[in-house]
Amino acid sequence: MGNRVLLIEDEPNIIEAISFILSRDGLTVHTHEDGQTAMAKVLALPPDLIILDVMLPGRSGFDILRDLRVNDVTKAIPVMMLTARGQAKDRELALRLGASHFMTKPFSNAEVRDNVRNLMGA
Amino acid sequence: MPTRRLTGSRIREKRLDQGLRQAAVAEAVGISPSYLNLIEHNRRRIAGKLLGDLARVLGVDAALLTAGADNDLLDQMRDAAALLGDVAEVARVEELAARYPGWSRLIAVQARRLEILEGRVQSLTDRMAHDPQLAASLHDVISSVTAIRSTASILVGQEPLDADWQRRFHENIHKDSLRLAASSEALIAYLDAPGPDNDRPTTPLEEVETYLAKTGFHIAALETADPDRAAVVAQADLSGAAARHLLDAICTLYVRDAYALPLADFDLACRDLGYDPVALAQRFGAGFGSVLRRLSFLPPGAGHPPMGLAVCDASGTLRYLKSVPGFTMPRAGGACPLWPIFGAFSRPAQPLRAEVALPGPVQTRFLCYAIAEPHQGPSFDSAPVLQSTMLVLPDPAEGALPPTQVGMSCRICARQDCAARREPAMIGVMAMRD
Repeated sequence: MGNRVLLIEDEPNIIEAISFILSRDGLTVHTHEDGQTAMAKVLALPPDLIILDVMLPGRSGFDILRDLRVNDVTKAIPVMMLTARGQAKDRELALRLGASHFMTKPFSNAEVRDNVRNLMGA
Repeated sequence: MPTRRLTGSRIREKRLDQGLRQAAVAEAVGISPSYLNLIEHNRRRIAGKLLGDLARVLGVDAALLTAGADNDLLDQMRDAAALLGDVAEVARVEELAARYPGWSRLIAVQARRLEILEGRVQSLTDRMAHDPQLAASLHDVISSVTAIRSTASILVGQEPLDADWQRRFHENIHKDSLRLAASSEALIAYLDAPGPDNDRPTTPLEEVETYLAKTGFHIAALETADPDRAAVVAQADLSGAAARHLLDAICTLYVRDAYALPLADFDLACRDLGYDPVALAQRFGAGFGSVLRRLSFLPPGAGHPPMGLAVCDASGTLRYLKSVPGFTMPRAGGACPLWPIFGAFSRPAQPLRAEVALPGPVQTRFLCYAIAEPHQGPSFDSAPVLQSTMLVLPDPAEGALPPTQVGMSCRICARQDCAARREPAMIGVMAMRD
């Protein structure tokens, strides 16, 4: 498996922190901040793992995940969802839509690293 | 006249209070102790001479013995008992009320209080679950905390970090801490717990809205062939002349709309035409504003979709509000000037249809229909007095055009760069302060 991670998140300082810790682990991290154009970004550069925030400007992470799972190019890409909403129904929805993992903010860096490693089969 | 059953309990209470033996009292009034026992346990009704004799022996007025607990109190106690199923001896409620009136009132008051508190909890739960501004504000706080936690972990980690990255992460933490402080402050202000008095309507509009909410926004008394508007206003139990005037104005429109669009026919047509206001106006030959108002006044529980309504005069002052989940209209202060209801004034008599989106990490969309129409009949030598009406429908099918970005009111709107902003936002503050 490759080492390209696409982080779709709109909070600049969260983007910087996650990008830093994953890059330090040897992964290549691409970032994207807008929900509306996220799908185009994925298709332009199919990554090996997507970290996807639920609450994005333009379009919700759930809608993007739904599209990812019906597209032949993207349906097999592991997706780790991030959300500030830790309600059980959000977790259930994410997993039902095909998320590979679900993490609730605020999370620890170790948690992010471990889950990324697991999902990328490292 | 026969007395209430609980008179016996009162007789027993008075006798015991005075330390009199049952046999002695029975002898004094010429009945057997066993008969008095039946009376005291409410198994025999008592009236007339015997009641008077017992009152004399006990040294009380006969009226005091027959003045039982009022029916309201008994009903409230039965309601309180019903809350916990079969726990209480409901059949003996009159006896309890007669023997322990103070405790009985306490039970009733506490049950009522419990009901109010449960209602408040439900309303706060709904607010937490559905208020988009609150969700946006909480998202802001959690995002700041997440960024701070993640960045701080990098800084205190064991792995070496060069000076540039250190400086950068310190700056990020500083910015996020400022943002967190501002967001938290705003959140606390927004959630500032209301006291009991704050639940009471404070403005005429709020008072009228509270009354209409109790009716389910459907006034059955005005749907009749001979509606009595004055009676409806009188029975609404409003506190001031301003609220009564406001409700009277709403009832006037209601009656006019109901006449043009009779409920039974309109109900069927709504289902037939998919609640399309233009099609409904065409079918009935009615005004577009009437159709919008009529849609919002459809009876609750009849399977109609939720529909909100706002009505304002030409100054933009809201005269009537009916909120729908997710679109809670401001009852104090001004609404968002970008709402179609205000845009309608620039094109009087032209129906508007617009999809709008409220701010928030996940946009909430609504379909709005609006029209500005003359409020009164035509007259020479005076400009028409316009009134604008807007119907709000949640969760529309996605339209061809992107929705208009609106807010609820500036104070709780997170859109920073809005050209229509007239005051700073109280929540979702993104600007940094040193």
